[in-house]
Formats: sequence, structure tokens, C-alpha cells
Amino acid sequence: MDITRRRLLMLLPAAAVAWKYVLAGTPEASPNYKLTEHWWSMLIDIPKCIGCGSCVRACAEENDVPEGNYRTWIERYHVADWKIERPQVESPDGGKYGFPPQVGDGGKNFFVPKLCNHCADSPCTQVCPVGATFVTPDGVVLVDKNYCLGCRYCVQACPYGCRFINPKTNTAEKCSLCYHRITKGLTTACCEVCPTGARQLADLKNPKDPIHEFLRTHTVQVLKPHMATGAKVFYNGMDGSVR
Amino acid sequence: MKSFKDIEHLLRLAVVIAIAVIAFVVLREAVVPRSFGQYGHYRGAAIPETAARPIAFAGHAACEACHTDVVDQKKLGKHVVVACEACHGALARHAEDPTSMQPKKLDTAVLCARCHEANSAKPPGFPQVATADHSGGLACDTCHQPHRPKIETGKIASGKSETEGKK
Repeated sequence: MDITRRRLLMLLPAAAVAWKYVLAGTPEASPNYKLTEHWWSMLIDIPKCIGCGSCVRACAEENDVPEGNYRTWIERYHVADWKIERPQVESPDGGKYGFPPQVGDGGKNFFVPKLCNHCADSPCTQVCPVGATFVTPDGVVLVDKNYCLGCRYCVQACPYGCRFINPKTNTAEKCSLCYHRITKGLTTACCEVCPTGARQLADLKNPKDPIHEFLRTHTVQVLKPHMATGAKVFYNGMDGSVR
Repeated sequence: MKSFKDIEHLLRLAVVIAIAVIAFVVLREAVVPRSFGQYGHYRGAAIPETAARPIAFAGHAACEACHTDVVDQKKLGKHVVVACEACHGALARHAEDPTSMQPKKLDTAVLCARCHEANSAKPPGFPQVATADHSGGLACDTCHQPHRPKIETGKIASGKSETEGKK
């Protein structure tokens, strides 16, 4: 390898961009918050979800999610008695403004809120060519929007369809589990506003967290367990037809 | 030592390789952010950067610090489990400085229906009504007090909180 004048000129802008971050330094982290003392997850109690869309609206407001994109969304399932293997799923505007009245022909109907599963072995972070998305030491999958190229590999890699490209910044975006809130001792915006408690933020490393009692006494499932992603969003009362 | 007679061209090559290696190391040091690799194959500084984002929802604990009368009302009804900002919207700015921003007056006809409009996908135990048949277009708070929604005769008027409905 030889550094020609041409190569050096090509490298200089990259170096200038990187230098900006070096000068900016590390911002002040939340005091008293220790990365290694938490392992975040979420519990979703499907029989409690009323599909009101509060979580979707709160998420959009808290995180400036562009209209038409969703970091969390609600799906309404209609499983006909005679066609259990082909459920009808709809999510008008991500369920942000609620759902039209159901015109059902029997069968069963229910809501399933979805969001990033914050997988411990996440496929999305493995495909990122520049290290712009990663699992934090406290178990949250984040996107470094200052480092993301917008190549969309991660959008394709996520088996749950939880990622999108922000049309303003052209970088990958997804649920951050309200990282700016949970590190301050608050719950996520969606859990804060959920009127029925269908969504619960949980810290698996906190022995006092009620999640442990819940997991012991209930049969929970994750989405697409066959993908072995180590998903950490636990669903209680989930029907087998849920994809 | 005849074979090492023309060692000069090898030295020249070694110098070129040495310069290339040094240039690579120097450039890498300059281009790769300092916190890269702190926790893994990513920029460690991205974690505090993400955490530094300001909050929009204050959290119900912040509301309850001042609006104790509403808390007392809610305790008497089923809406005790519903956080303030589920209906009133994001109010972190109001919690920080109550004079800077006031919550909007809410339209109960829209708000209540978001949760309580009948839908077959809702859990059967959840109270739901077809609003058109139930109230005939009347606003819900004509009969129900939102903080304590069960209709208790004679208690509706006194059930209003002190801060409620004030602009």
C-alpha cells in the first residue's frame, strides 16, 4: 500500500469528520447509572391490550418519529375458525389513531403491540459494516446516527421489521427502548402511557423487578423463537398464529 | 556472501513498507473515533449521546408531586392505573416550569372513545361502548368524571378536582 497524493486527498475529509467527534468528546453520562447493572427487556401482556394507540402516539412524540414510520406499532389479528394458519393482520397507520370497528365473522380477534425485541444476539447489529448499531452492555440495541451510513443492511436483516430509514436524516432508526428515559430512572414513553399496563419495562438484572415473579408464574413466548435471536420482548398470552 | 551483494533494492522496499505502515497507523489513529472499541465494535460515546436526549413525557411521579387532589380522586376509581400523560399528553415542559406551558383542554368525546369504543378485538372484560348508541353525541364528561369515571349519584359535582378545567 502506498499513500499517493490522490489517496491522501481522499482520506482527508474522512479524517476531518472523525476529528469533529474527537473534539466533541464524550458527553456527560447520567449520574449513578451503571451500564453493567441492568439488562433491559419488555413484557407485553396481550390479553390486556385494547389497541388504543397511546403507545404509538407517545413514542412518536417522545422520539420525533416521522409520520408514516413507526418505532412501535399495534397489529390487529383476525383468526378465522376455519383458517387458523392464515391470520388476517392489519395495522392502519400503525394503530396510531386506533382501529376501525371490527367486522368479524366469528373467530378470534386480538391486538399485538410490536417493537424492537432488543435481541441479545441481534441479526441487525451483526450485519452493520461500520459498527453503527450495537447491543449496549445493558442490553439495548441502539443506532449511532452520527456513524450510520444509511446502507439499509440492518433494515433487511431485522426479522421483525422493526427498522426503517428516517427520511430526514437518511439513517437507520428504531426503538431505542427510550434509552434517554430509562437511564434517568423513568420508564419508556409507551409504558408510561399504556392505560391498561399491557406494556411493562423490565430490568432482568434487578432482583426486585416484578418481571421475575411474572416470568415464574406465566407462560411467556417471544416472537420468532426459531430465529434464535435472543429476543427480550416477552409476550404473555400470545396466540400461535402471531407472526 | 555473493547472494547479498545487491541488498540495496531490498532496503529500498523495506523503507517503502515502513512508511506505508506508519502512515496507516497514523491515519487510523486520526480517523477512528477515540471511543471506538470501548465496549465493543462501535463508538462507545454513542451510548451517552443517546442518553442525553431530552425527555418529552415527565412521568406520573412528576405530576403527582403537585396535583395531589387529582391523585386522591383517581385512587377512588378504576382510572388509578392510567398515567396522567396517557390523556393529557407529553408535559415534561410543564413539569419543569408550570407557567411555561399549560396542558390543552381535552375533548372527552374523542379521548374516551380511543379506549372505550367497542371493538371485538378488545379483551371482553374491558368496559366498552358503541359511543353513538351510548351517549347520543353528548360529551362523556356530562355524566362521567374522567378521573373517577364510575357514576356515583350526588358525587359528580364534588368529584371535580380543583385544577380541572382551568386554563
